[in-house]
Amino acid sequence: MIQNLLDGILTGSIISLGAIGLTMVMHMLRFANFAYAELLAIGAYAALVFDRVFAALLPMADQAIGPLSLTWSLVVATLGAMVIAGGTAVIIDLLVFKRIRDKADALSMVFASFGMALIIRNVITLIFGLKAELYSNDIVMAMVLSRDPLLLVKPDQIFVLVAAVVLMLIFHIVLSRTSFGYALRAVAENPNLAQVAGVQLSRMVIMVWLIGGAFSAAAGVFYALTNHLSPLIGHNFLLPVFAATIVGGIGSVYGALLGGFIVGIASGLALMILPSGYIPAMPFLIILAVLLVRPQGLFGEAQT
Amino acid sequence: MIGVISYLAFFATVAAILAVAVLGLNLQWGNTGLFNGGVAAFFGAGAYGTMILGGPADPLQFGGFELPYPIAFAGGVLLAALVAWAVGILTLRLRHDYLAIATFGVAVALEAVARNAEWLTGGAKGLRGFSRPFEGLITDQFTYNLVFLGFVLAVLIAVYIGLERLVRSPYGRVLRAIREDEVAARALGKNATRLRLEAFVLGSAILGASGALYVSFYAFVSPQDMAPILTFQIWAMLIVGGAGNNRGAVLGAFLIWGAWTSSGFLLAKFAPTSVQIYTGSIQYILIGFVIVGMLLWRPQGLLPERIERTKGTGKGAARVSAPQS
Repeated sequence: MIQNLLDGILTGSIISLGAIGLTMVMHMLRFANFAYAELLAIGAYAALVFDRVFAALLPMADQAIGPLSLTWSLVVATLGAMVIAGGTAVIIDLLVFKRIRDKADALSMVFASFGMALIIRNVITLIFGLKAELYSNDIVMAMVLSRDPLLLVKPDQIFVLVAAVVLMLIFHIVLSRTSFGYALRAVAENPNLAQVAGVQLSRMVIMVWLIGGAFSAAAGVFYALTNHLSPLIGHNFLLPVFAATIVGGIGSVYGALLGGFIVGIASGLALMILPSGYIPAMPFLIILAVLLVRPQGLFGEAQT
Repeated sequence: MIGVISYLAFFATVAAILAVAVLGLNLQWGNTGLFNGGVAAFFGAGAYGTMILGGPADPLQFGGFELPYPIAFAGGVLLAALVAWAVGILTLRLRHDYLAIATFGVAVALEAVARNAEWLTGGAKGLRGFSRPFEGLITDQFTYNLVFLGFVLAVLIAVYIGLERLVRSPYGRVLRAIREDEVAARALGKNATRLRLEAFVLGSAILGASGALYVSFYAFVSPQDMAPILTFQIWAMLIVGGAGNNRGAVLGAFLIWGAWTSSGFLLAKFAPTSVQIYTGSIQYILIGFVIVGMLLWRPQGLLPERIERTKGTGKGAARVSAPQS
């Protein structure tokens, strides 16, 4: 029970990071972006490449930090991956979404995002292969928190949870304390009104893609660090991050953060009564429940 | 010669089955502007529903009721329609992309059920054995395949004619009106939510019929048959052929299925062995590029939507490019 809760909180923190950018993009550009979760995969694999390169250049950086399997080279690689994923998100927007946005409706963008997801996922498969990869092959023993009930936590998991919360806090401070944060919230709330107030929408769109890409990359690396890398990361996280945005209310950053934890914990707890094969369907059930009870989500505005 | 005809008949049977699905999607996306992100779910519901009702009895398995073929077929179609009704009633009154997310979700959920609920679906190994229609009457395999092709084509033509009549009727005009301008349609007293739900359920029932035909042809169904790639294939067929145009939908089905099978054949024949396991990925990327490329450069498809003038307002059909709803 408590073990499931702990695992759920950890997964939840990863989903939350992935959902931050999605909820902003969905609200600002008014379309459900099915290619969004592929940014997690792009981030995770970009970090793998950087990590291998840094480790080869500077063997001393390839030392595990304390009890973690995390190395300094992977820390730097993660920062690089955040830049790469953010940049990729901006490039895809310029090449595809912006051009479709300019001449067609939102549903064509949903359509195009499905196509982009398929392309990205399979290009990653072609480059890195279908088999699962790991950042580090060192075996890290789990810490036994208690024996009865048995509770196991890996040091990496604690690091991921702390790092995710730190990233969320930084973002919270930016949102609530800086004029950029005000502009971002204004755009997320009401794009037209924000433009009237002098916020340049096209620049904000680029910023949102950069931020969303960076947080997604971190989420992808965190997932890969505590589990493994696979080209299916994007596919597997797509429904959970959508569920998080719908639970929180589309456009609400704080709602998405809370929604991520709710989805993660619910999926973790569901493992007690459901075989693990059904867990991918859990976010769908949560979406249905929200649509039935409160379609606008926890913090969303009522829409028709 | 017999070999070539056999292969062509096989190819045409599968393409015609998929064309039925593309027609169903065309009613949803092409005529009504509804985004179905889980085509595979409704296809799968039709296939599994038909198999469970009409399949052979198996003591280890729920289902296998060995019902007569028409009842099993209707049951599969009904199951797909029921799933669509449940999803539609929750999402169609909300922001349009909720339907996309919920249908994508239903595909993930049903695939999980197909893979895990062994008592019902046979799990990963699927369900096999199905007494195919007219199988008792014709013993020669070659003749049987031709007869079966005729049966599938008859269903395709029936669905095509039915949909053509539907979209040309006042009902079809209301669907297009909702797609183009929902507020205006509401102002004219049309219940947009209910009409959308009807179009969505009917389209999904046709997707289910395609699944039912599929299981009648292969006498086998497994979770692989409702993998997400099916959704992408059906979409690519519709967007290449031309959303909103039923002839385009059928054309797209044959073109894309031809491109898919021939690319698979060429990769198997000429690609180095080390690349062979990635044949699927290469084909998926091609499908992805077809979808994105068509949206960027020719969103109306090969055969654009034709909107006929209503009788009395003018003679002949006015050709317009597919409107961006």
